[in-house]
Amino acid sequence: MSRWMPWLQAAPLALVLAVFLVVPMAMLVVVSFYDYDSFSLIPDFVLTNYREVFSSWVTWQTYLKTLWFAGLTWAITLLLGFWLAYFLAFVVRDPTWRMLLFVLTTVPFWTSNLIRMIAWIPFLGRNGILNNTLIGLGAIDRPLEFLLFSDFAVILAFVHLYTLFMVVPVFNTMMRIDHRLLEAARDAGAGFWQTLWCVILPLCKPGIGIGSIFVVVLVMGDFATVRLMSGGQSASVGLMISNQIGLMQYPAAAANAVVLLAMVLLLVAAMLRAIDIRKEL
Amino acid sequence: MHETKTALTRRGALALAGAALGSGAITGFPTIWAQNIKDVTLRQIGTGVSGLNPIAEQVKKDLGFTLQLTVTDTDAVAQRAATQARSFDIADIEYFSIKKVYPTGAVQPIDTTRIKLIDKLVPIFTTGKLTPDSQMGQGTSPFSVGFVDSRDAKSFAGKRTELMTLLPTIYNADTLGIRPDLVGRPISHWKDLMDPAFKGRASILNIPGIGIMDAAMVAESAGVVKYGDKGNMTREEIDKTIAFLIEAKRAGQFRAFWKTFDESVNLMASGEVVIQSMWSPAVAAVRSRGIPCTYQPLAEGYRAWGSGLGVMRHVSGLQLDAAYEYLNWYLSGWAGAFLNRQGYYSAVLETAKQNMSENEWGYWMEGKPATAPILSPDGREMEKAGAVRDGGAFAERMGRVVCWNSVMDQDRYMVQKWNEFIAA
Repeated sequence: MSRWMPWLQAAPLALVLAVFLVVPMAMLVVVSFYDYDSFSLIPDFVLTNYREVFSSWVTWQTYLKTLWFAGLTWAITLLLGFWLAYFLAFVVRDPTWRMLLFVLTTVPFWTSNLIRMIAWIPFLGRNGILNNTLIGLGAIDRPLEFLLFSDFAVILAFVHLYTLFMVVPVFNTMMRIDHRLLEAARDAGAGFWQTLWCVILPLCKPGIGIGSIFVVVLVMGDFATVRLMSGGQSASVGLMISNQIGLMQYPAAAANAVVLLAMVLLLVAAMLRAIDIRKEL
Repeated sequence: MHETKTALTRRGALALAGAALGSGAITGFPTIWAQNIKDVTLRQIGTGVSGLNPIAEQVKKDLGFTLQLTVTDTDAVAQRAATQARSFDIADIEYFSIKKVYPTGAVQPIDTTRIKLIDKLVPIFTTGKLTPDSQMGQGTSPFSVGFVDSRDAKSFAGKRTELMTLLPTIYNADTLGIRPDLVGRPISHWKDLMDPAFKGRASILNIPGIGIMDAAMVAESAGVVKYGDKGNMTREEIDKTIAFLIEAKRAGQFRAFWKTFDESVNLMASGEVVIQSMWSPAVAAVRSRGIPCTYQPLAEGYRAWGSGLGVMRHVSGLQLDAAYEYLNWYLSGWAGAFLNRQGYYSAVLETAKQNMSENEWGYWMEGKPATAPILSPDGREMEKAGAVRDGGAFAERMGRVVCWNSVMDQDRYMVQKWNEFIAA
């Protein structure tokens, strides 16, 4: 009996993972080798789907664009997130205030993703609030067209949506930093930037790592933000997959999903290599 | 979990009861099941075009059973019909989609002997031509995919038979919508969409099967591409059309691409776009906000579409009886009038006419100036007295259809190229 106990204890989780992760993944890989026509899936083993992914300049371009979105969003959310967390952890002294301000950063998350995104549209539009205000102030004489339905709008929405995912883990690791270390640094003659670079930043690495994984994974897999904010003019891998599903080209979508998955796993692996997130956890 | 189980058993029991009582109905006791038909629920999936709550409410009132509507976009309807056929009973689907969906076997053919008004259908659906001497139009016309030879046929008959794939319900002739206050000049051709004067203020719809047809109308009008058959392009024609679109996109001609009805309304009403592909009720929706918008008739003619109701393969017994009741009800007038009042056309005109006032019929169908204000179905004033419908009478609009929304032989290639255009 006791010999079986560990197995039994692990069984529920193993079962859940098998049913909801392993089986769907295996299906995805299997279907990615299927053939298809406009009517149905044809069980087969063909490489056409992968050949179409790798041989088309559009898919290359789309993958690059998605990476570019992810990279830019990551850089901006890291910058914003780090300083927001720094402010909460080191500048705000009173724990009540700190908690209050921290909860305040999560307020946008009380509404749905989609609504937070759509709210930008009347704000940024050609005759939107921002353009009308700027024209009213005399700052510009023609509406700024790049504000909406552009890559700018996409990045803006991403930053708005995902900065919190950076703030929370970074804030968490900052709160664990022993303040005596900072005092020691100051006593040893380090200035503000030197303390930041040599003490705080290295100790925040696990938080930054976790935040980066969140942001990069979320942006890489996104399709709704790109479609809505670019007005359908920009593409991302997620959007491409969503289009293919819409047109019943499941094998093509599956092949893209497999490639995207491999790419994201590689990115995450690279991040985990650079930063040991288990340290300090 | 518990609830699902109950629902399943109840449906199972209903089907059994239906099968038992259905045989009774044939021997002449149709009123027996009229008692329990109230328990039937028909689950319908469709687009926002005709998935409208007032229709479901009227069905409940007139027929007693429940019509449960799910609304999504054109591609998603086709996708769910083909892959999750059992998750609903009725597909309210476009003819160009049924060309893809019917061969998957998800939909059962409709026995036209059970449709009372079958001979009153507009001839577009039964002969392919509006009048005996009119053109059929290129593309996936409803007639070409409207009939099958047998219950198990996977291909279309191409002629009238007793089995229909879809019961036609709604159709229209589409053109470009414009903001007459902002375009600053008369618009008369499809090629005006690409006029550099509207740089950054034009839009085209991003549903490949429909968008490619609008693009073809534009490319042909601009003299860039000559098509053998716009509804069934060759690879070379597709390449040229997409290259033409990409060039315009790179030059910044388009403000956005839209995929749903609401998006097109918002683009136009907010002034982001002044000329774009549009659907008739979207124009009406813009106008009802007090913003001028014209559904501009163009020299080259219209691109048409049609949709109908398909019965999913698994529907049987009492539920199937209810489905036929519903199909017959759809043609019986109330629904037709309701749809005509939104600028669409109903499949049987006669019965719709009986449900519309003379003023309404004159305005919507005959191209006459309104003698009194035209009200929308929810009672708001859409047009003042004296207004004339853009494009005029039914015969004038449907008579000038040059192509239908399509699924081509080179569909896979076309979609791939279309994605290139969107990603470019």
